Amino acid sequence: MTPTLQLFLLVSAALFCIGLLAALSRRHAIFILIGIELMLAAANLNFVAFWRFDPQPQAPTGVMVAIFAIAIAAAEAAVGLALVIAVYRHYRTTNVDQLDQLKG
Amino acid sequence: MVGMITALILVPLVGALCVSAARPRQARGVALGFNALSAIIAFTLWRNFDSSAAGLQLIERYAWIPALGAEYLVGIDGLSLLLVLLTSLLFPFALLAQQGSRGLCALMLVMQSALYGTFTAQNFVLWFLFYEMSLIPSFLLIKLWGGEKRAHAATKFFLYTFLGSVAMLLAFLGLYFVHGTFDFARLAELGKTGLLTSNISWLAFAGIFVGLAVKVPLFPFHTWLPDAYETAPTGVAMVLTGTLSKMGVYGFVRLLLPLFPSEMRVVGPWLLGLAVCSIIFASLAAWAQTDLKRIVAYLSINHLGYCMLGLFAITARTAEPMVETQAALSGVFMQIFNHGITAATLFYYVGLLEQRRGARGLDDFGGLMQRAPLLCGWMSIAMFSSLGLPGLNGFVGEFLIFKGSFALAASFTAVAVLGLLITAIVFLRAMQALFSGPLAGSCSAFPELRPKEKLVLLPATLLMFAIGIAPQFIFNIFNTTVVQMAQLFA
Amino acid sequence: MTFSLVPSLWLIPAAPLVVSLLILSLKKSRHSASAMLAIFGQLVALGFSAAAFLQTLATPGFRVVHNFTWFSFGEQSLRIGWVLDPLTAAMLIMITFVALWIFVFSVGYMAGDEHFARFFAYLSFFTAAMLGVVIANSLLLLFVCWELVGIASYLLIGFWIHKPSAAAAAKKAFITTRIGDLGFFVGLLWLYGSSGTLLFYEEGRGCLESAALLAIGPSATAIALLIFCGAVSKSGQFPLHVWLPDAMEGPTPVSALIHAATMVAAGVFLVARVYPLFSMGGVVAGGVDPGHAGLSAAGYNGVTPSLTVVVWVGVITALMASLIALAQWDIKRILAYSTVSQLGLMMVSLGVGGVAVGVMHLLAHGFFKALLFLGAGSVIHSCQHEQDIRRMGGLRGMIPITLITYAVGMMALSGVPLFFAGAWTKEEILQATAHWPGSRVPHYLMMAGVVLTALYMTRQMIYVFFGRRHAASERAHESPRVMTLPLIVLAFCTIALSLLLTPAWPWLHEYLSGARAHFETARLIQPALLVSFALVAAGIGLGILIYRNPTERDPLEAAQPALFRFLENRMWLDEIYARTVIAFSRMAARLSDWMDRHVWDGLVRTVGGIARLFGDLNKGADERGINAAVDETTFGARDLGRVISAAHSGQVQTYLGAVGVGMLALLLLYAWLG
Repeated sequence: MTPTLQLFLLVSAALFCIGLLAALSRRHAIFILIGIELMLAAANLNFVAFWRFDPQPQAPTGVMVAIFAIAIAAAEAAVGLALVIAVYRHYRTTNVDQLDQLKG
Repeated sequence: MVGMITALILVPLVGALCVSAARPRQARGVALGFNALSAIIAFTLWRNFDSSAAGLQLIERYAWIPALGAEYLVGIDGLSLLLVLLTSLLFPFALLAQQGSRGLCALMLVMQSALYGTFTAQNFVLWFLFYEMSLIPSFLLIKLWGGEKRAHAATKFFLYTFLGSVAMLLAFLGLYFVHGTFDFARLAELGKTGLLTSNISWLAFAGIFVGLAVKVPLFPFHTWLPDAYETAPTGVAMVLTGTLSKMGVYGFVRLLLPLFPSEMRVVGPWLLGLAVCSIIFASLAAWAQTDLKRIVAYLSINHLGYCMLGLFAITARTAEPMVETQAALSGVFMQIFNHGITAATLFYYVGLLEQRRGARGLDDFGGLMQRAPLLCGWMSIAMFSSLGLPGLNGFVGEFLIFKGSFALAASFTAVAVLGLLITAIVFLRAMQALFSGPLAGSCSAFPELRPKEKLVLLPATLLMFAIGIAPQFIFNIFNTTVVQMAQLFA
Repeated sequence: MTFSLVPSLWLIPAAPLVVSLLILSLKKSRHSASAMLAIFGQLVALGFSAAAFLQTLATPGFRVVHNFTWFSFGEQSLRIGWVLDPLTAAMLIMITFVALWIFVFSVGYMAGDEHFARFFAYLSFFTAAMLGVVIANSLLLLFVCWELVGIASYLLIGFWIHKPSAAAAAKKAFITTRIGDLGFFVGLLWLYGSSGTLLFYEEGRGCLESAALLAIGPSATAIALLIFCGAVSKSGQFPLHVWLPDAMEGPTPVSALIHAATMVAAGVFLVARVYPLFSMGGVVAGGVDPGHAGLSAAGYNGVTPSLTVVVWVGVITALMASLIALAQWDIKRILAYSTVSQLGLMMVSLGVGGVAVGVMHLLAHGFFKALLFLGAGSVIHSCQHEQDIRRMGGLRGMIPITLITYAVGMMALSGVPLFFAGAWTKEEILQATAHWPGSRVPHYLMMAGVVLTALYMTRQMIYVFFGRRHAASERAHESPRVMTLPLIVLAFCTIALSLLLTPAWPWLHEYLSGARAHFETARLIQPALLVSFALVAAGIGLGILIYRNPTERDPLEAAQPALFRFLENRMWLDEIYARTVIAFSRMAARLSDWMDRHVWDGLVRTVGGIARLFGDLNKGADERGINAAVDETTFGARDLGRVISAAHSGQVQTYLGAVGVGMLALLLLYAWLG
């Protein structure tokens, strides 16, 4: 089985869907964060796959973008975790169903 | 360099600002100081005025709003000077008539400035500006410092006069669109040949007529006056009758007569009828009043009716000798001045009585002669002056008005003479009720004229005698103007 | 004569005027000083008058004027001035002389009055104004002084100001005379308009001189009648005489001054002064120069409409007043009505052309009427201010000087012949009426008037001085010297004056007419003279016969109660006026007040109401139309917002889900569109 672009895209789509599902269905804030990380990983996989399977390979642009995205994802995870902790300290819960202060 | 007339207009305005900034107890003093200053300017004007030269003098002309044909144009002739002098004399007198708060003094000064402006402006826009400017202070003065019913009276006064002004403004706009000028002198030149085409000219005439008739006031546009004068504080009533009503007469002389000679001629008999009605009905109504202030108010209408009679008689006939026109005009001018002095003095006396007794009905007094002979005697002089006793000022003007208008409109004048009789009845009735008879219990502690009050009244009383006995010095002011105007109206 | 007094003629009225002002500025308590000042002022005026009088003796028909400009208006000037002629001079002498003695009398009569000083100030002012009337050479100046006379009389009649009746009488006098003055004023305006001047004499240009008279032409009659209105009111002629009896409310010296020297004389004087105007009309037709008719009209027979009116007004007044006098009880009122009737007589005399005679009677009347009033004052003073003649009686022995002087005055008034001033003049008036071509009726009526005069004066004498004594007359005493002296002097003058009036040496007559008198005894004896003497005798005899026993009830009342009641109530004229003229004018006043409040103001309020109605309509349209639309829009927007905001659950995952769905939708859209 040769690795093709389709295969990578399928994996990445599955990964994205799993991430999205996690982000939408879990009640715990940490899990939602993990879901979002999964979706980011799917996007990174796409970047690298599109670069790798380009008919005229160029400089490693896709890898560079993926590395940046990972770095940003790390920062985002840090901020997200801090937020979760702050929210937990304030509301004594991380259940997002109970966090409806933004209600219109 | 600011011209003298501009200075005259500005000084009271500056005074108003200073009064507002002064301490409340000093307000009247400051106001009187500025009055003195403007009086000095007015008398300097008189000195610099060449009474033998015709036409406008001491003219100041600046461009203002060229697009509207409005320019700052002030100047005086004999009539303007007479009224400026009258205003300068009356305002201090009126301020002395009562304890004035800061606001009252400031508003009075604003009104004074407006009056100076009205009497000197020679361009309609400027004139109208000042004309309206006098309205606001008088409204506020009645509304804020008036007696009972003041809100009603002030609103009535304002609406009445304001509607009149609107009518006048519209009429003048109409004139402007046709001729493109607001200059009195040029409009008067054009007036000789007829300003407008038939129908519109009647509309314009009616607009200006109503505006001025309300101000004078002429029967039947007079019903605001008794209420306004009754509720106004003494000093304001003095100014209203002494100077503000003169704005109307002045307007008639300056605007209506020169601008609409042919219209005036056509409706002349009707206007004469209105003037006679003013004279007769107002004096009769005065007879039926019991409130002293209302009596004086009604007699004010009556006296201005004489002015109107003289003016309308001039325009009613054309082929008459200049003699009669000059007599009537001189009489009207004289009467303007005399009525200003006398009516204001009468209001001052009513104010004195009201201060002392707390009421001003005829029945509230009695036998005052026994307690305060001087007050009664002096007040009688003012009353006799008002009823036209020879030897006092009232007679000179009325005699000339009657002399002129009898030759021009005999039958109307013969009826109008009845006004002299009814006025006499009104005053004698008042004298009988106030001065004679047994002393009323409520007046047992009635104070005599105080030295300060004497000092205030002395100039007015002396002036009454001076004009009654040797009126030449007043005639000198406007003789040339009379001659010139008589030619204009002929 | 090189030196002329005329330019300084103004000093004559000025003296009392200045004195009057001086007294007013004095302290109230300086009684004697003010009296001295007032009398001094009169003396000065009398002195100047005498000097002026002497000057007029120089030539017959002396007339000098001094004119000057009062003020100029426009291009013309109004000129006034003074004139000195026999008429002026004679009046000046009479006024100043009589007034002087009235002043002296007042010192006694008013002693003790709180406002003594003010009284003298007013009196001086009164004479000053009257002297002004006399010297005026301009109808305007005359009118000015005329009005001042009116105001002075107002002050004096209402002098006892605490008395409501006095105040009412003063008011009545002023207003009644002012009614006539209106006519005078209109006449003056008319005259001024048609002749262009108000000066009487100015070297041929005056309004009483021929050129102006011709210019006036036919309107002279109307002008004369209008001016006559003034004379009617001032001189108490019918129908404006009603103020004169009421004027008795003033102190008695005031009555004397009003009735003798000043106020009422002004009317007669006015007619005499402007006589050329009255004699116009008939004369122009005849082509005679009217300018010189003047006072020399004794032999002048013109009957003009205006003069006819004067005659008939005079006749009615004279007769009516003497009838009313018969039924009065107040000593001063009887005299007041006698004045009215005598003034009527003078008017008749002027009307029939006897100008000089009328003026002579005016002068003589000035003396004896002052005498009578002062005598009445003395009687009243001695009877503790009782004025009803029924409560006097029997005073003859107690106040002898008053009795004798009063008798002199009474005889002069009744026209007892030879030695009393009134007799000659009255006689001449009768003669003048006899020759009037207009009608003989005035002549007979005047004869009846003479009888009546004698009758009511006899009645008064008998009631006051004879008969039984009453409470008031029990303690009567003669008045002090200061009051009796004027009586004696005036009585003496009344007799002395008759010497100047006799037909034998008609000095005064000729002096006034501008001719020289010469002595002629033959004129003394005339049949007409006897007739008038007989009339007087009949009157007095009848009086003694009827009133020989004065009782509470008047003999006339006993005989004709209804007639007496009618006369006693002054023919109910006051009541008639009150019910008609006065009631009507009051109603007119109330009506105009009502009109003002309801009709004119109502009109304004109606206009205001209409404007308000429009305002209300406008307001309705605003509220229901425009406002509602705007409101609905805003409400809709708000509700929509509510619906949409419900979607904002605050659940982050819901939002995320929505984003996912949206992305999916976009993907599908992309796939579909290719």
